[in-house]
Formats: sequence, C-alpha cells, structure tokens
Amino acid sequence: MTDTQGPAVLDRDGLNALVAELVAQGRTVIGPTVRDGAVVLAELESADDLPFGWGVELDAGRYRLVRRTDGAAFAHSAGPQSWKNFLHPARQRLWSADRTPSGGVDFTADEPAAPSYAFLGVRPCDLRAIAIQDRVLTGGRYEDTGYARRRTGAFLIAAECTEPGATCFCVSTGGGPAADPGYDLALTEVDGRFLVRVGSEAGGELLARLPHSAADEGTERAAHAAVDAARDRMGRALPPVDVRALLAGSADAERWDDVAERCLTCGNCTMVCPTCFCVTTEEVTDLTGDHTERWQRWDSCFDLDFSYLHGGPVRASARSRYRQWLTHKLSTWHDQFDSSGCVGCGRCISWCPVGIDITEEVTALAAEAGTGPTASADPRTES
Amino acid sequence: MTNLPVPYRVVARRPETADTVTLRLEPVADALGDFAPGQFAMVHCFGRGEIPVSVSSVQSTGGLAHTVRAVGAVSAGLCEARTAEVVGIRGPFGTGWELERARGRDVVVVAGGIGLAPLRPLILRALAEPEAYGRVNVLIGARTPADLIGREEVAGWRTAYTGVTVDRPDEDWRGDVGLVTDLLGRAHLTPSDAWGFVCGPEPMIRATARELVARGMPPDRIRVSLERNMRCATGHCGHCQLGPLLLCRDGPVVDWQRAEPLLSVREL
Ligand SMILES: Cc1cc2nc3c(=O)[nH]c(=O)nc-3n(C[C@H](O)[C@H](O)[C@H](O)COP(=O)(O)OP(=O)(O)OC[C@H]3O[C@@H](n4cnc5c(N)ncnc54)[C@H](O)[C@@H]3O)c2cc1C
Ligand code: SF4
Ligand code: SF4
Repeated sequence: MTDTQGPAVLDRDGLNALVAELVAQGRTVIGPTVRDGAVVLAELESADDLPFGWGVELDAGRYRLVRRTDGAAFAHSAGPQSWKNFLHPARQRLWSADRTPSGGVDFTADEPAAPSYAFLGVRPCDLRAIAIQDRVLTGGRYEDTGYARRRTGAFLIAAECTEPGATCFCVSTGGGPAADPGYDLALTEVDGRFLVRVGSEAGGELLARLPHSAADEGTERAAHAAVDAARDRMGRALPPVDVRALLAGSADAERWDDVAERCLTCGNCTMVCPTCFCVTTEEVTDLTGDHTERWQRWDSCFDLDFSYLHGGPVRASARSRYRQWLTHKLSTWHDQFDSSGCVGCGRCISWCPVGIDITEEVTALAAEAGTGPTASADPRTES
Repeated sequence: MTNLPVPYRVVARRPETADTVTLRLEPVADALGDFAPGQFAMVHCFGRGEIPVSVSSVQSTGGLAHTVRAVGAVSAGLCEARTAEVVGIRGPFGTGWELERARGRDVVVVAGGIGLAPLRPLILRALAEPEAYGRVNVLIGARTPADLIGREEVAGWRTAYTGVTVDRPDEDWRGDVGLVTDLLGRAHLTPSDAWGFVCGPEPMIRATARELVARGMPPDRIRVSLERNMRCATGHCGHCQLGPLLLCRDGPVVDWQRAEPLLSVREL
C-alpha cells in the first residue's frame, strides 16, 4: 500500500503535472475556476485554470469575489455549486420504454458510461458531503445505479482549509478544516507549495509519477498550523446543544412563523446544499406516442408539489416547509441515514436571497426551547 | 430489478365503482419477487407516469392484482387499461401487514373506501387459516353504497363478524349508516389481546386507531397503512418522508405507536 509514502511536497510545477497526468489518463478533471463573478466548479484543462489569487467575501445573502495578494489557489470557500452537480446531476434519464408491434412494451435502462472523474480541490466539508450522499444513494437497501456509476472510480483530491469563510461552521457540525479519510490525495497549501498526503493506493501511484519532494518538517509544521488556525476562525457556529434533539422537539416552535415571514420558499438553499438529494420524476413522450422516457430532476422540499397527494399538498404553509427542511437536515436525517445532513459549508446562508442563516435559526430555536444561549446572543460569537 | 419496470399484462379488468377498477396482471416473461400483503408496487402507465399502488391480490403463480381509483393522470390512465395491455411494474416495496404476528389472537380489520384493497390479501390469508387466528372481524366503511368495493366477495367471507356501513345511504341501502368506528362495539374480540389492521383516508385511520386504543388495544398491535407522495420507492427521492420515516422503506405499514405522534403534528 502507501505506507512507504510519507507526506510529500508539490510545487507549482508539480501541481501542473498533477492535472496533466490526470488528463493524460483520460480523466475529466473538475475543479474550482473563476467564471461569471464566482468560483465555480468546471472542467479544468490545466492547473492554470485554478483561481490563483482569488478569495471570496461571504455573508448571509452575499457572495463576492475579492483579489488576494498571496496568489493562493485554494483560499476561497464554498461556491454556488458542489460536487453533487456532477455525481448527482440536476437532470438525467432513468429509462425509456417503447411499444412493440405485438402490443408489448420494452423497457430499457439508461446506463451511459460515466466520465472518469477526478475532482481537484474538494473541501473537507464537501468530502463529508460526498460521504453523506454515498450513504443516502448507495448505502441502503437499494442502490442509485446512476450515482454509483459516476461515483465509483472518481478520484478525489482534497484541499484542506486554511481560509474559512464568514459563513463556514463545519467545526460545530462535528467536522473541521482538516480532511477526513476518503480522499485519494489531500493537499494543504502553504506559501505557493502544497503538502500532499496519500489516502489510497491510486493516490500513491499518481503521486509517484509527479515531480515531488519528501515533506520537510517546516512545511509540515506550517501546514498543520494553518489548518489548526482555520479551526479557530470559523465565521459561524451552531449553538453548543444537542441539535438533533432540539429539532426533534421543536415541531411547535413559534420561530417557524418568524422564519416563514422571511422565507420566499424559493428552494435556493436546497439547490446549493451539497447533501440535499431529493428528486422528482417526469414522463416525456415523443410525438409518435410509441416512445416514452422517464427523467429524474432535482426537486426541493420548498416546492408545493413536493408533498402533493391528490387533494392538495401535505405541507402547504411556508412554516411547515422550512421546518421540514431544517428538521430533516439536522435531526431526522440521523433517523433515516445515521448521520447529520449538514456539513456546515455555509452555502445555504450565502445563496439565500433574503439572507436566512441556518445557524441563527437554530440558535433562536435553542433559545425558545430554553436550552441555548439567550436569543440576543450573536451566534457568530459562539463556538 | 428495482429500478427498471418489468412488463406485466392485464389479463382481467373488473370495474369496482364508478371510478375504481381492479386489474389482474400476469408477468409477460419473468415475474418479480413475491409480494407480501400490504406491500406495494410502482405501476407505470405508458406515456403517463408511474404511481405507487398496493397489491390487492397476490398469487403463487406470480400474478398480481391492483385496485386503482382514478384521481389524476396516471391513476386514470391505469383505470382505462384494457385486457392484453402491458404495464410496467417495479417492486415489491415497503413493509407488509405482518399478519403472522397476530397468530393465536383475535384480529380486527378496519377499511375505509378503497382502503379495503390492500387489506384484502391479509383477510384472505387469515380466513384460509382459521385455526391459526382467534376471531377475525372485518369492518368496512364507505362514503356511499356506490363507493363500496368487492361487495359480493365480502358477503362470502366467513368471519366472526363483518360489518359494512356508509356515511350517506341511497334509497336501496338497508345496512348501517354512520362511521366505521361505530361498528367496533359489535366486533367479537378482546381488544387487549387482539391485533388491528387499518387502511383508509388519514382522518379515518386516526379515528379508528384512537378508538381501538380507547378500547384497550396496545398501540404497538395496531398496524396502519399510510400514504405520501412517492417518486422512486427505493428511498432516494425524499418525497415520502413522514418525520423520521421514509414511508417507502419504513412503511407504508407502520405500528400506530410510531405513527400516532407523527400524525398528530400538522403538516408534517
Ligand atoms: C404506498 C401507497 C399505496 C397506494 N395504494 C393505492 C391503491 O392500492 N389504490 C389506489 O387507487 N391508490 C393507491 N395509492 C395512491 C396512489 O398512488 C395515488 O392516487 C396516485 O399517486 C395518484 O396519482 P395520479 O397521477 O393519478 O394523480 P395526481 O394526484 O394528479 O398526481 C399525483 C402526483 O403525480 C404527479 N403527476 C401527475 N401526473 C403526472 C404525469 N403525467 N407525469 C408526471 N407526474 C405526474 C403530480 O404532479 C403529483 O405529484 C397508494 C399510495 C401509496 C403511497
Ligand atoms: S444545510 Fe447549508 S450549511 Fe449545511 S450542508 Fe447544506 S448548504 Fe451547507
Ligand atoms: S431559506 Fe432562503 S434560500 Fe431557502 S427557500 Fe427560504 S428564501 Fe429560499
């Protein structure tokens, strides 16, 4: 295995070689790049496409690119997309059916070969989000075969966080800015160089093909220090209470009426969330009427149709839909899939058009339940 | 296979009421695995879509029956399906009634409207093994006499007690009028030592289960079948959540002990 490989260091040329080698292997390399005023995830042709020298300024309902003087590649936090855009795409055909001349129906599964993905710059929170979607979509009794096809063999290169954003709160969800196992390679950026840790055999093999040096003690120490410091610089935090139990007991809270007055039920939070997996299906028929297709697309629990039963939606009020979303994320997800549904990436906070802040809502619920700090306390100062 | 429908042919079609039809299906080639009473299939109507429907009959030959009420595009399309037409079936999905747990005890089955359909295979199993169960009671309620399904078959069931009641009688109705819970007093059972199986509209399920508990039946011996929007039936679409439950996986049949606190939260 990889135990002979201690941490290594890549310089900028090493990083270039990393992307070039993955491309040469026939991989579709996806990573952060600047486009349309945001750091988006898109196919990279070379490491030059990475957002060197860009950072982001985040707040509730706010996302803005800012220039950095240090030229860092991974000093931005979560953007509008996540890896689910690739692993669990917004639209896909599930199967099609054709009438046969003899009056039968043939059903055909849609199983296109998936691209061989390499994801570069996976944040520790997003690595956890991928693990959560793995559990939901492939860990139960039935497997989402499309997801499994895209996920199996995807090569994951984590980028640890040294520059958390103002909407980040991964530490208070039980995570942190250091990458948990699950990656093939993990990078930590220190002054234009990258400390590399190997997490899998495939990762070790790739590293061996790149120009690299063994990690010196100074680089290792600097990398650890930067990640440790990030841990203490989270922009936000969930209140230090048993959030799962709090939400399980908050069905009748008055706070839901308060948030319902602000929430537009637009569903943006569910679209940007890296763990939200809900989908709906559509039947698409061609003009002959002899061919029909079953399509799947992302859906949102904020949509009225989501809970539709003939006669009307089960969750008609905005109150009940926001409650469903937040309670699912932080409480019933544990019941259903043995983990939380939130990794604290902060996307839902930045991309909410009216700036609704999940940490602030939970803090208010805790205050109402009498378990948390007083309602006037600023959640941002809690840890 | 759970993701791709398997073709089944309609071999018989029986109208039950003005808007409800029972389709008997046989596999065109290979059959799916055995369905247990209470479980459901995703039934695909060509060009219309796919909906969850419980099995109203399970045959050892691999044949199935579904009783469908036309309430929208897909269910109406299935109700119009003719003999020899092919539909797509995925399944079996979800929990069953688990009638076996009631062995040796009295049984009361309470059905509201089309809710009798998913209970039918359970009733037939209980009646096929009279020595295995105590007294079997079947209570049926419907809005009007025209909404009662399977009347002839019901009349032939050899139960300890079968009661049928309607909310609104017509001129010819000579039977009971009122809520299905009103029939409970006539059932032959010792509630504290019996099992209840309930299916129907949610308000009816609630009223019935509460009445059974009031009469002394333990909440964990009452099994109810619940309905929520379902798109995939494999636990991946998120639509069938009822609080902590995914009803395609943890339901549709749930113990009342589990269901009661969830159904008492509005808009959960
Ligand atoms: C476990 C379970 C068991 C059930 N058992 C039975 C049973 O035994 N018998 C029975 O009659 N019913 C049963 N039902 C209820 C049945 O599934 C619904 O009545 C049915 O889904 C209604 O679908 P519909 O399209 O006909 O009607 P609608 O109410 O119009 O549609 C329901 C949903 O389907 C969507 N939809 C409608 N048309 C289309 C379309 N063309 N393409 C894509 N989406 C569409 C709608 O947007 C909506 O979300 C059961 C439900 C569950 C959950
Ligand atoms: S709920 Fe918000 S903070 Fe949590 S994982 Fe989803 S988008 Fe990120
Ligand atoms: S919380 Fe914000 S992003 Fe989510 S539905 Fe409401 S308004 Fe939209």
